[in-house]
Amino acid sequence: MNKMEAQTTATEAEKMQKAIVKDQSGALETRPAGNVKMSGQDVSVYYGEKQALFNVNLDILANSVTSLIGPSGCGKSTFLRCLNRMNDVIDICRVTGKITLDGDDIYNDKLDVVELRARVGMVFQKPNPFPKSIYDNIAYGPRIHGLTASRTELDELVESSLKKAGLWEEVKDRLTESGTGLSGGQQQRLCIARAIATKPDVILMDEPCSALDPIATATIEELIDELRQNYTIVIVTHSMQQAARVSQRTAFFHLGKIIEEGETSQIFTNPRNEKTQDYITGRYG
Amino acid sequence: MSSTEHIVTSYEDELESLDKKIAQMGGLTENLVAQAVDALRTRDADLASNVIKDDAEIDKLEREIEDQAIIMIARRQPMALDLRQIMAAVKITSDLERIGDLGKNIAKRVLSIHHEKQPSQLVHGMRSMQSLALAQLKNVLDAYAERNTEKALSVWYADEEIDAIYNSLFRELLTYMMEDPRNIGLCTHLLFCAKNMERIGDHTTNIAETVHYLVLGSPIPAERPKGDKTTRMMVDPDDLESNS
Repeated sequence: MNKMEAQTTATEAEKMQKAIVKDQSGALETRPAGNVKMSGQDVSVYYGEKQALFNVNLDILANSVTSLIGPSGCGKSTFLRCLNRMNDVIDICRVTGKITLDGDDIYNDKLDVVELRARVGMVFQKPNPFPKSIYDNIAYGPRIHGLTASRTELDELVESSLKKAGLWEEVKDRLTESGTGLSGGQQQRLCIARAIATKPDVILMDEPCSALDPIATATIEELIDELRQNYTIVIVTHSMQQAARVSQRTAFFHLGKIIEEGETSQIFTNPRNEKTQDYITGRYG
Repeated sequence: MSSTEHIVTSYEDELESLDKKIAQMGGLTENLVAQAVDALRTRDADLASNVIKDDAEIDKLEREIEDQAIIMIARRQPMALDLRQIMAAVKITSDLERIGDLGKNIAKRVLSIHHEKQPSQLVHGMRSMQSLALAQLKNVLDAYAERNTEKALSVWYADEEIDAIYNSLFRELLTYMMEDPRNIGLCTHLLFCAKNMERIGDHTTNIAETVHYLVLGSPIPAERPKGDKTTRMMVDPDDLESNS
């Protein structure tokens, strides 16, 4: 082995060593292998005096589903909202640390927040279609972002977005009807189509199925699995089974910190931390 | 075991009941094998008949545990340690059921050979194998009850000893058969009894592996020692003659 090789091997070994790190907050974390789409480094969030997140570090892999789990008030939704600066709208909210999208700091002063939210779309717990036609619900984003040059192009975008959200066949004959007239599951898929229409890289979902019946939930979960091919998805869910079913990686939040983060299959069969185990098995007291 | 209990107490109760049933089944199986071995040593046909009847109870418990496990998976959607515990229960139950069957098979053979004149040196070699296999079974059940991976690992490694005794018994029995064809009937049965004990050892080893997985969530990180060499073993009659 020559010197160069020896050096490379040493660096590889170092990398391996670093792959399992204990970060500042003491969280167990296995560094994911793959393309990092978004990354949070030492993210802390304060609501006025109250600190809601403590030095959270989390890498979100491209074309994968990352689920954030944890008891109410653990900070998982707060972290999710940091990813497209939804916390900006709360006056008393202050975010420190660094969050990057494709390596660029999204809290950079020069960054256009509206454009960021087009690239990092969001779907909420309760389906919230605009009180407009199905067509306009989808066309709204592309129009304000000027994504299409002609009516034909806009029509095509509306159709492809509805198709990607698996809703096209159900609504193609009533695009002028109000979006609020759809069933709960259809409304949620309409909201997903609306998020897709601005051609995002990342889709954030905050308990997207908690207001839906099992069939509608299954449809959304199937959709999430399909969307993963083209988008990066981060989902907050209270359903352990849902996290286990839809995600590739899972992060467990507790009291504003990430306690454990890793491959979903490992977290749900053999969690390393006792707190994680207590929470996912229903022993959390 | 986790330090805290489930929020849902009935879930906790179900897991405990599963554990108790495994302990009960383990106790019955241990007892059955011990009696089968006793019956073989003393050529006691009555005891052997009892053993054959007792196996039904073990089979019944296996079905009960399996049913309960399936219902728990459907109702509770177990995760992490709970999931591993339920899977372990199903696997251990199936190993115990097989051990019971092998014990029963020894008892059945006692019924066939209890009238035979017994050259005592033939059964002698089996004693150490039987006591070792029984001790292993007892230890692995303790390891399960205590969730003790060290104990499970020592059982896992000790299986090689059983295999070694089996190898020498195999050779010994073959030699007896060659010496006098009138020994063949008895020796064949004894050979199967020895094989059964060796298989009991293997199932015990499986349980040790399951205990390891249950506690740590990972398989035993070593190659399993393969001690049974009888598949490649032949006794050459010429060797026998030259020795005598």
